[in-house]
Formats: sequence, C-alpha cells, structure tokens
Amino acid sequence: MKFWLAQASTSAPESDYLMLALVLASIAILILVFGLMLIYAFKYRATNRMDRGQIMKKTWRLEIAWTIATMAVFFGLFVWGADLYVRLFRPPAGALQIYVVGKQWMWKIQHEGGQREINSLHVPVGRKIQLLLTSEDVIHDFAVPAFRIKHDVLPGRYESLWFEATMPGTYHLFCNQLCGTGHSRMVGEVVVMSGADYENWLAANGAAGTLAEQGKILFMRNGCSGCHGSNGAGGNQSNSTVPAPPLAGLYGSPVTLVDGQVVIADDGYIHDCILTPEKRRVASYPPIMPSFSGILSEDDVLKLVAYIKSLAPEKQL
Amino acid sequence: MSVAEIEAPATAESYLEDGYTLRSWLLTTDHKRIAILYMLTITIFFFIGGIAISFVRYNLLEPQGMIRSAETYNRLFSMHGVVMVWFFLVPAVPVTLGNFLLPLMIGARDLAFPRINLLSWYLFVIAGCVLLVALYAGGVDTGWTFYTPLSSLYSKGHVALAAVAVIITGFSSIATGLNFIVSIHRLRAPGMTWYKMPVFLWSLYSTSVIMVLATPVLAMTLLLLTFERIFHVGMFDPTIGGDPLLFQHLFWFYSHPAVYIMILPGMGVVSEIIPAFSSKQLFGYKFVAWCSVAIAVISFLVWGHHMFVTGQSVYSALVFSILSFAVAVPSAIKIFNWLGTMHKGYIRFDSPMLYALGFIGLFTMGGLTGLYVATLAADVHLHDTYFVVAHFHYVMVGGMVSAYFAGLHFWWPKITGRMYPEMWGRAAALIIFVGFNLTFFPQYIVGYLGMPRRYHTYPPEFQVWNVLSSAGAAVLAVGYLLPLLYLTWSLLKGKQASTNPWHATGLEWQTPSPPPTENFETTPTVTEPPYNYLPAEALDRHA
Repeated sequence: MKFWLAQASTSAPESDYLMLALVLASIAILILVFGLMLIYAFKYRATNRMDRGQIMKKTWRLEIAWTIATMAVFFGLFVWGADLYVRLFRPPAGALQIYVVGKQWMWKIQHEGGQREINSLHVPVGRKIQLLLTSEDVIHDFAVPAFRIKHDVLPGRYESLWFEATMPGTYHLFCNQLCGTGHSRMVGEVVVMSGADYENWLAANGAAGTLAEQGKILFMRNGCSGCHGSNGAGGNQSNSTVPAPPLAGLYGSPVTLVDGQVVIADDGYIHDCILTPEKRRVASYPPIMPSFSGILSEDDVLKLVAYIKSLAPEKQL
Repeated sequence: MSVAEIEAPATAESYLEDGYTLRSWLLTTDHKRIAILYMLTITIFFFIGGIAISFVRYNLLEPQGMIRSAETYNRLFSMHGVVMVWFFLVPAVPVTLGNFLLPLMIGARDLAFPRINLLSWYLFVIAGCVLLVALYAGGVDTGWTFYTPLSSLYSKGHVALAAVAVIITGFSSIATGLNFIVSIHRLRAPGMTWYKMPVFLWSLYSTSVIMVLATPVLAMTLLLLTFERIFHVGMFDPTIGGDPLLFQHLFWFYSHPAVYIMILPGMGVVSEIIPAFSSKQLFGYKFVAWCSVAIAVISFLVWGHHMFVTGQSVYSALVFSILSFAVAVPSAIKIFNWLGTMHKGYIRFDSPMLYALGFIGLFTMGGLTGLYVATLAADVHLHDTYFVVAHFHYVMVGGMVSAYFAGLHFWWPKITGRMYPEMWGRAAALIIFVGFNLTFFPQYIVGYLGMPRRYHTYPPEFQVWNVLSSAGAAVLAVGYLLPLLYLTWSLLKGKQASTNPWHATGLEWQTPSPPPTENFETTPTVTEPPYNYLPAEALDRHA
C-alpha cells in the first residue's frame, strides 16, 4: 500500500506543506465536530435525567465568535494557496521551452532541437522547463502528479506550464480531462535525466534540423515566403508582389490590429494569424492571408512559430 | 407514545383514501399525491444510476479493467452522473418531502399552483423517458458535464437526446421552484410570519430561488451545445470559430449553484430533525435561516473554481478562490448551530436522528475537503483526480442522500400513516455510514496519489485503494436496498402511526397521519415560535 507520492519538482514540497496544513486543520475540526457530537450524544441522552441547568437564550455572541474564527482560518488558507498558485503560473525567464500537442489519444512532444517523442517527455534535472501546450481536437489535461502540476490543454490556444525537476527518475504523465474513448490510455512518462544524460539523449535522437530549421522548410513549402519574403522580410521585397507584413523581428513586438487594439506578437498570436487570420488582423494590410486551418497540423504550426521566433533572436518573451 | 395513541381517530378521510383508481392518482392535483408519484419516479432513477455505478466499481477491481470496452465504461459513468444529478439529487428532497410538507408546514391546503405542480411531474416523466431512450440507444460518453468540443463534435454518443432530456427536466425544476416561492409568499397561515417558519422552508425557498434563476442558463447552454452538434454552428469549437472555455463558464454558472440545489434542502431536513430528537429549540434560528439565503446568493459567484487549471486569468482565479471560501462559511455556521442544538438537550437515537448525525459527520468531511479544492495551489494537484470524486460524493451522497433518508424516516409516519421497523432503520443507517466511508475514503488517498477521474484502466499501484472502494460500494448497496425492503414492508404490516409519533413541533404534526386531502379541517393559526420544544415535557416522557 502506497501512501506517499514522490516529490520530484521544486514546487512539490511546497504543495505538500500546504496539503499538510489543510490535513492538520481538517483533523482539528473533525475532532471538534465528532468530539462534541459524541460527548453531547452520550451526556445529554434522553435517558440521562441529570439536571441540564440554564439553557442559553442569547446566542449571537457565540455565532459571531465562530463566524469570525472560521473566516480567519479560511483567509489564511486562501492566502497560502494563492501565493503558491501565482508563482506556479508565472513562467520564469530563460526556461527551456518544449512544445506539447495533445490529440485523441496521445501526447506529441517536440524539443527545440527538433527531437520528437510520443507519450514520453525527456527533461534534464535542475533546469526550469516551460511547456507550451495545445490540442488538435478536444480539451486534454497535462498532469504530472510527482511534480504536483497540471494544466488543461485547449484546442486553438497556447497555454503554458513550467516546472523544475529535482530528482532523476521516471514519473507518470496523465491526461486528466475526459477526452473520449481512449482517455485512460492517454498516459505516458516523464523521464528526468541528469544534464549529461539529457545531452546524450538529445544527440542520440537528433532530427533533421532544429525546430526552427524544420519550420523554415515548411515556410517555403507552404508558400508563406511567396508573400512574406524568403526570409520573412516582408512583401515589399523584389521577390514578392503582394503586400504582406514582414515577419523578421515580429516576435515579441507590439502589433496594431485593424480595430486599433495593440497586442504583443507572442506564440498564440502567431498561431492565430496562421490558422484564423481574420481573428486578429494587423492594420494597414489587405485581408488576403488565407487560413491554414485544416492544412497545417498543430505540430507544423509550432515549427513555423519557432521559425518566426528565430527571425528575431534578440527579443525573448 | 402512549399519549398520542389514545387520541381519537381522524374523522376526515385521508388523502390516500380519496380515490383508488389509477386515474385518481395520475390526474391528481393534490400535492401529497404528486409527492408520492415523484417519490416512486426518483426511486426508479436512483436504482438505475446505482446499477450503472455498480458496473463501474466492478470494472475498477483490476488495473486493466474488468469491462473490456473503454467506450462502454465511459457510457456507464456518464449515465450514472446524468441520472443521479438531474433525475435524483436535484429533485430528491424538494419534489418529494418538499412537495408533501411545504403546504402542511405553512398551514395551507395545497401549493399555489396545483396544476403546475402536476405538470412539473409530467415534464419530469417525459424528460426521464427521453433519457431512457438515449440510454437504450447507447447512452452518452461525455461525463455528466458535457464538456465541449468533445460533446459537440467528437462524441459518438447520443448527446443531443440526453441534452434534451436535461433541458426538459429543467423546466420541471423551474415549475417546482416557482410554485414554492409563490406558496411561501402567499399561502402562509395567519400568524405564520417569516421568522416562525421552520428552517426547512427557508432552505426550500433558497433552493427555489436558485432553481428559477440558474436553470434557464443550463437550458440555453445545452441548446447552444445541441446547435453546434447538429448544425455545426460555431459556439465552442475553435476550428469553427467558437471558444472552448465558454461552455464551461456557462455550464458551471448553473451547475455550481445546482450543487446547493442538492444540499440546501438536506440541510433543511437536518435542521428539523436535530431539534426534534434533542427536544430543544434550534440553536441560532435566525443565523441558520439566513445562512441558507447567504449560500444561495454566494453560490452564483463561485463557478470559476471549476476552472483553476483551464487557463482563466490568475486574477479571476484569485477572486473565485476567496469567494469559494466565503460560501463555506455559512455551511460551517450551520454545523456549529446543529451541535449547539444538541447541547443540553434530551437526545433520542431513533433512525432519523442517526441519519442526521451521519449527515453532520459526512457533510463536515465533504465540506472540509471542499476547502482543499478551493485552495488554489492545492487544487492544481487535486483537480480532476479521485480526490474531487470523493469530495463531492461526501457532500452529495454522504450529505444529501443521508439527509433524504433522514427525512424519509422522520416523515414516513406522516406520509403513509405507518411506522417503519425501528431496528431495521437503525441498522440500515449504520450500514450506510460504514459502507459509505469504506467506498469513498480510499478515493481521497488514491486521488492525492494522482489517479485521474474517469479512467477505464489505471496503473497497478492504485489497485488496493480501488478494491477497497469497490468492497465499500457493495456494503453501501446493501445499505440502500434495506430501506427499500423494510419501508415497503411497513406499508402493509407497519404499526399505525399516531398524529405526532416523535413529539415534534410544526403544523404538519398537528393534522392526522396520513393527513386528510384538505390537510387541515380548519386553517390553523400560529402563535408559537418555531421549535418550541419544552425540556420539561421531554423529562416527563422519559420518567
């Protein structure tokens, strides 16, 4: 019988301390409630003819006392949980980015060096890892209990989740959101390796170029370069006849949309521009960008995003 | 009981003797008969939902699953959820005990709209039939939550049919809620001021407000879902222009308040039983009464706590977390007041009281674990694991079903005119308490260890906990079958019940058991405060 769960990330011990506090508070309250219930049940049983004395008539002092006490305990727990949550969901700077695509019923993972794996995720120990999550179909949920982390994986959106593994080993990866017939088989493993082992693994699983290089090939092959220029330099170049915005230096910069709104061109924005160009169209260009929805898979879009990102190396979000 | 038994038998004929034909039942507008019709209907659904979950627990005995097909497994737990939530828990107490007792407790002849009351039962039956057709055709595989875009574009189950069933049962809910609100406002007997009403009515009133305000949102949401599924109108699927999270916002805007539709009436029942069997006034009557209203109001503002890990903004997560703690405060206050009621009482341990004490214990555990999932960082780990399953079963089954049984035993003599066998009642209460904890406590642990919900197969290290849970479910099944047997038996062989077998206060105990069709021979006038229990009388009875 297993009672304990491995603490394999930096946030796991923190999450467990919070859980322990909740357990201790619950035990105290349960002892109080069950204790009073049993004591009263025994002491004031109807067959006990003991004199009950004066019965309290004014109760509001007690009511206010236990209301305030309850609120104080609850507020403490709220602050504790909120503090950790806010830190858990703020992505750290300089993290290693890994791309995760969920689909019925598998996890497809791509590393920046172009390495791909299915239903397993290899990460180095002691390094901050940021996962960029998206889904090709329904809502999934990426959960690693040993790290105490979890995040929904939504179609049409990039969500991010970060962790830092602290202990080499192999841990469960679960899909926690019902996603259809194969839900319980949408499981895998997270393999945490030492830095050297991880480098070896990357080398042994070397792919045809980095993610950005693979993206560049897609950029040419799907005709993106026809309008945006062969190096994403924009549509006013001699090799392009159509006015299309330049992509070099786009990533991380502010973009003015047709409705006057200004957004930062992050992964999600570029994703939307490729699949649903009408959603957030940039100002001062004609609406001629075709949608690549149904043509490009989420994996391909990720490669394109990586390529466009690589065109602006000085800007990091 | 000796005092009550020598009372003269009632002269007016009881509602049960007012016609013996099928027609006299199916076309009745008597709230008491409609309550009986409802009781029979929801009992059928309770056992349908129970059979579905028996297969689920059987499947989980082995890590690779005892049922071969994952699709079948998904359809079983989905049907369990849909049936239990909308066809048992939401209606359970309001349409049976509430329907029967509300007019009696306010001293009225019937509800404000007796025909709408009958209509609500017919809507419920139609909804139930539509659901049974969907079930017979193969059921749904989306869970009771119907999350999009799985339910709208990917599921191969009969989602649209099930959604229609839920929409129709929603109208039945709205009709009941409307009827209760108007009746409480308009039909109270002379002297029955708001602060003289039993707390059960306060909680039914709060429940009705939620029913009337929240249920339409559910109907709209499911209609949108059906539109996307049948006509491919882009609502929730991003590939056709929808927003995948919009459905969850709308769904939980109904479904979180609905949790309180399920539990508030149970709290009301317990607030009647604890004073009656402690022979003592309800401690802090006004606090308990207003806590129901507070719960109803705050319940509309906590839906986002189902979405802490979906990618909603951190700021909304913070607001929803603190509001979720806030909604737990009135529940805690109620628990302390029930304990305060027992203090210095003259406590008897008849079956209703045993169920009510079971309710307090299990509801406290369910409520406390609710704090874990309201705590943001803890929820990140626990969300969508068996911990959550255990949490809401402690509240819904440990709490609500215990309260329903408590109320059923308490008012059984009033409803049927017969006493149930007391020893069997106590035994069942005990078996249910033990079986319940054996079933659901292991799920807290296996949930903390990371086992996700709705898994057909699971890693072998979780097996011990699942076997324990399935064993508990078998005990629980016996516990639930027992009342079905002995209560049915009591209809034929049970001892005749007196007008007030428990020496309880409240207008319903002043009219014969079972009550006449007109409820009261003359409209009662209320002068006494509620729960006017006199310790001296209790002392005399046990002399």
